[in-house]
Amino acid sequence: MDFILKIWRQQDSQAKGKFETYQVTGISPDCSFLEMLDILNNRLIDRFEKPICYDHDCREGICGSCGLYINGRPHGPDSAITTCQLHMRRFRDGDTIIVEPWRAKPFPVIKDLVVDRSAFDEIIMAGGYISVHTGSAPEANTIAVPKVKAEISMDAAACIGCGACVAACKNASAMLFVASKISQLAVLPQGIVEAKERVRKMVARMDELGFGNCTNTGACEAECPKGISLTHIARLNREYFAAKLL
Amino acid sequence: MEKINTKIPKGPLEEKWAHYKATQKLVNPANKRKLDIIVVGTGLAGASAAASLGELGFNVKVFCYQDSPRRAHSIAAQGGINAAKNYTNDGDSVYRLFYDTIKGGDYRSRESNVYRLAEVSGSIIDQCVAQGVPFARDYGGLLENRSFGGAQVSRTFYARGQTGQQLLLGAYGAMMRQINKGTVALYIRMEMLDIVIIDGKARGIVTRNLLTGNIERHFGHAVVLATGGYGRAFFLSTMAMGSNGSAIWQAYKKGAYFANPSFVQIHPTCIPVHGDYQSKLTLMSESLRNDGRIWVPKKKEDAEAIRNRIKSHRDIPESERDYYLERRYPAFGNLVPRDVASRAAKERCDAGYGVGSGLAVYLDFSDAVKRLGIDTIRERYGNLFQMYDKLVDEDPYQNPMMIYPAIHYCMGGLWVDYELMTTIPGLYSIGECNFSDHGANRLGASALMQGLADGYFILPYTIQNYLADDILTPKIPLEHHAFEMAEKSVKEKITKMMQIRGKTSVDTIHRKFGLLLWETAGMERNRQDLEKTIQEFKALKEEFWSDIRIPGNDHELNPELEKAGRVADFIEIGALMVRDALSREESCGGHFRTEYQTEDGEAMRNDNDFMHVAVWECRGPDHEPALHEESLSYENIKIQTRDYKH
Repeated sequence: MDFILKIWRQQDSQAKGKFETYQVTGISPDCSFLEMLDILNNRLIDRFEKPICYDHDCREGICGSCGLYINGRPHGPDSAITTCQLHMRRFRDGDTIIVEPWRAKPFPVIKDLVVDRSAFDEIIMAGGYISVHTGSAPEANTIAVPKVKAEISMDAAACIGCGACVAACKNASAMLFVASKISQLAVLPQGIVEAKERVRKMVARMDELGFGNCTNTGACEAECPKGISLTHIARLNREYFAAKLL
Repeated sequence: MEKINTKIPKGPLEEKWAHYKATQKLVNPANKRKLDIIVVGTGLAGASAAASLGELGFNVKVFCYQDSPRRAHSIAAQGGINAAKNYTNDGDSVYRLFYDTIKGGDYRSRESNVYRLAEVSGSIIDQCVAQGVPFARDYGGLLENRSFGGAQVSRTFYARGQTGQQLLLGAYGAMMRQINKGTVALYIRMEMLDIVIIDGKARGIVTRNLLTGNIERHFGHAVVLATGGYGRAFFLSTMAMGSNGSAIWQAYKKGAYFANPSFVQIHPTCIPVHGDYQSKLTLMSESLRNDGRIWVPKKKEDAEAIRNRIKSHRDIPESERDYYLERRYPAFGNLVPRDVASRAAKERCDAGYGVGSGLAVYLDFSDAVKRLGIDTIRERYGNLFQMYDKLVDEDPYQNPMMIYPAIHYCMGGLWVDYELMTTIPGLYSIGECNFSDHGANRLGASALMQGLADGYFILPYTIQNYLADDILTPKIPLEHHAFEMAEKSVKEKITKMMQIRGKTSVDTIHRKFGLLLWETAGMERNRQDLEKTIQEFKALKEEFWSDIRIPGNDHELNPELEKAGRVADFIEIGALMVRDALSREESCGGHFRTEYQTEDGEAMRNDNDFMHVAVWECRGPDHEPALHEESLSYENIKIQTRDYKH
């Protein structure tokens, strides 16, 4: 297959970026999107040009490193996958493909398609955990968790922190990301003790870092590679109001 | 030989750890604040260690090359974590888990370390549950278990097919809490490039800031490496693209001994290779073997017809299917350990019975779907099935998966004593990057157990026994000569690589080298090929150092430069792997020498000559490495030939 790629190139966070056009030819439909970029990069290296920088690591959809904005959608045209799981068979031969970094103020561009997502770590740092010292835990089966609750918790916990939700949102809201952690811990008995403090601190940090508000458009849910549902945002709101009012 | 002091405590096996903890030296809280500890790597071992050491009150600095500590490759572990809780009442115990691990490792691991691992396994589950890890539960609300390869009890705890992710996020949360409290300082996008030794002790590291290219110096009273395995030496593996062996390799070059480098695990259930542009292989969790049945056609002509797409799996009636694991190993069937399952797949494919490209076998869920219903299968393996569907474009609920073995885990690693200290005082190695617990083959769901055991419950004790003598040592200034020299050598290596400006990309050489390593030191090894490979590696090393091309410069984000540094080390690590494979004249676990097998193709171990850990000492670039031996003795377990047939 052959493609025309329009890729965002930017030397560093201060430089002005622009789209560069590249042609790639002879790509197998079973090639992954990142492998296609590898092929392009190898050709650039052959010409002694700087290869395109993009974050990636596990290449199996779980580490959350990769994240490209492809043809106007985070992680590209397929659903419920990360960029590394996207395959060229999802495109048509001859397609022009536009590749951009995540666009959100709290995720500044570092270089080309690489952005700084440390804001997510900062939100977790503010309280996205249960405070338990190593060694102080009670015997595991003294805590019974209804199966339904455990399943909801796991649904929320599937978040990989890739940032697609922020990239998809017109307000660059991080509500789905925050909600996934709040929801995971709020439905478990272990998490209840600190629930109010947790939601207050995480939301405050999210606001400080410049993420926008949620206006319930649902773009985050639609683009989340792990299919994390908007209902978690509803739970986040409920938890937040309870923490503020009660 | 003097350096190989295992420091195994005296006394009966069951009392060693309790005795150690009761008599070791401790550091009092006021002194802990004065002591700096460097942790490199933020996977299960690194994150759990950093969190636990921070909670104790030490000053911890933790480093990762990723943009967030949450992305370390532990996150990709799928199936589960073992613990001897015996919640299923099926006869499990600490001893049983110890026994299975030693046996699964083919009697090439250290009794005392493995027993301790089994002993602390239960506490790991307690800790993770308290952190909010959403393990699978039954309708009564209590924890569920599943069975895994190499065991006859169900002792594996799991969170769907994302157990590694959930455990890592638990440890990451605990570490972020300490970062918030100021006991742990986090350094992201930083790669350790050298270790600093002062007066014979590990006292710091030199790092490269991957965004700016700045070379930085960091002091620590002790240094903990938690940098994972070196399986990406093979180019194609289930490891992350950035996973590397460079930290442990620098440690080796500075005097830390390297144990059993050739013991590498090949995982039986990965998605087969599909093209020469491929960058990595994807694992399908071993847990799938609980409900999936592995088969190939009984007739060669059927296999050929499938390969040529004249027939499909549907055209092969039940009577014409060869469930070869069930046939060869009736007692364990599809749940034989990984090394056995991998070799059996290779044997069938080499004999001409492979499907797909020829290097693939079926993993079939149709019986399980009939028996349990599609909903149960979806609940157990939903995300794995989705992943397969997305990668291969075929629905595994309707068609059997196609799988083939791939490089997955390194049992070998830095040699450590009972305290997890390397032969360099003050340098520790935890998790996959040490060698201690899995012998020649690791059982499924034991990597997560070991990483967290080392980080939460072992290192935080043993490191105090060393640091207790260091409370009066002031922080060593970064201007110290040893820091200067380490930084200089790091910069020289980078400059040398940048200046080559040859014709070949780093990936091109890595791919060539990796394929060669896979062919000679992969699932099967033999003297002739290994000897030949040593020469070929020399040529490849030469090619690397004379012909690589790295565009850009060294003071910017430059992934080609990062890769080059790692590949330079992989080529050297590969040479040591081959040397080790050559010197071990027996077949055991993941190490299968074709010269040493029984008539029906089973591994032939040689306990008389090789019941030892092969411990390699670096003697500089101009000398061959020296081989030492740590002999292994089994006082609490009967040594037998592994038998999964009866």
